[in-house]
Amino acid sequence: MRALRTLFAALLFLTGVAGGASAWAEDAAGRTPEPHPAHGKGEHCVADTAFMRRNHMLMMYAHRTEVLHEGVRTPQFNISGCVNCHAVKGDDGKPVSFASEKHFCRSCHSYAAVQIDCFECHNSKPQETGKAAAAENGGEDAAKLAAFLRENKK
Amino acid sequence: MSSCSGGDGKAAVDRRGVLQAAGAFAGTVLAPGVTLYAFGGGDAQARPVDEPASAKQRWGMLIDLNKCSSGCTACVTACKDYNGLKSTGRPEIDAQWIRKVSLKDPNTGVVRSAPVMCQHCASPPCVDVCPTGASMKRADGIVLVDKHICIGCRYCMMACPFKARSFIHEEETDQKVNNPSGKGTVEGCTLCVDRVDAGQNPACVDACAKEGGALVFGDLNDPESEISKAMRAQPSARLRADLELDQGIHYVNLK
Repeated sequence: MRALRTLFAALLFLTGVAGGASAWAEDAAGRTPEPHPAHGKGEHCVADTAFMRRNHMLMMYAHRTEVLHEGVRTPQFNISGCVNCHAVKGDDGKPVSFASEKHFCRSCHSYAAVQIDCFECHNSKPQETGKAAAAENGGEDAAKLAAFLRENKK
Repeated sequence: MSSCSGGDGKAAVDRRGVLQAAGAFAGTVLAPGVTLYAFGGGDAQARPVDEPASAKQRWGMLIDLNKCSSGCTACVTACKDYNGLKSTGRPEIDAQWIRKVSLKDPNTGVVRSAPVMCQHCASPPCVDVCPTGASMKRADGIVLVDKHICIGCRYCMMACPFKARSFIHEEETDQKVNNPSGKGTVEGCTLCVDRVDAGQNPACVDACAKEGGALVFGDLNDPESEISKAMRAQPSARLRADLELDQGIHYVNLK
């Protein structure tokens, strides 16, 4: 009799746990899903993924001033390189623009609620004339790039 | 380089490629600075991508109005094509980087047709009045708008005596890589700065070479460049010389 009661309690407990877990799972499904941006072409980006996640905006910010004011046109941090490598194809097999939720930049920026103005002027789709910024040296090390950013912040 | 020759485009490219290769070879052998002149007339040689524009060069253009016919708009079309300037359907607000202007002498009635674009002044009024620093002059004399920091106030448009700048009134899509362009900013002739940095002529100059060959582009600081030689050979003038803006664009047979 006692064993039967224990079994019953154990069953109740398990049912409760399972019920709770399923409720939690429903909560998670109701949240904004985490973005999973598509991988770019090639083996590496111009730097490590973690470094790029944190610093891509600083690199592009420094680069735009270099290009326009000084005429330094290194292809590495060029926005057209980003767009060319990270093109995401839509249902029609053609690369999508920033207007689509699938766009590489948009997938994260929508999630993080960070508005970017790049594509008000720049084209968000790959262009034939644009050069890809593939890392020829297999990705530079983060220390070197951090030094570059420090120098350009002055 | 090919601006006065009127030869076909392919030949011009080949010659340019050879010159660039020659420049690279000279760079390995000769001291820096010698390379510019070593092979003669290298006024449009490509600068290494990681090297900033320098005041050693002063880019300019010489426009011979005797070779510019009134009906021809090759330069305007080439500019629009290369820089992706699209028609909005309302011509009065379309961006115009270069336009053909008719100049009439009131005394004699003689009419001339002249291409007018940003004159790339050494003392540009548009740069003086810009409140954000968006309107700026590069070390090599090319006057540009940094659209990243342009707020679209249009003071530069009011200050420019040549009506050289345009405001973008409507949203743009499918812009060219070489000319990112968007609503609410001002833009104007860049002398096709990306082509110049790559050692090429501006798009209008290459287009004109196939028509009248009225446009010569080059380095005003290089005494051996085609443009310097042409300017020594004949008198040239600048628009509104009384303003003393020291423009990079010069005209021949203006009067």
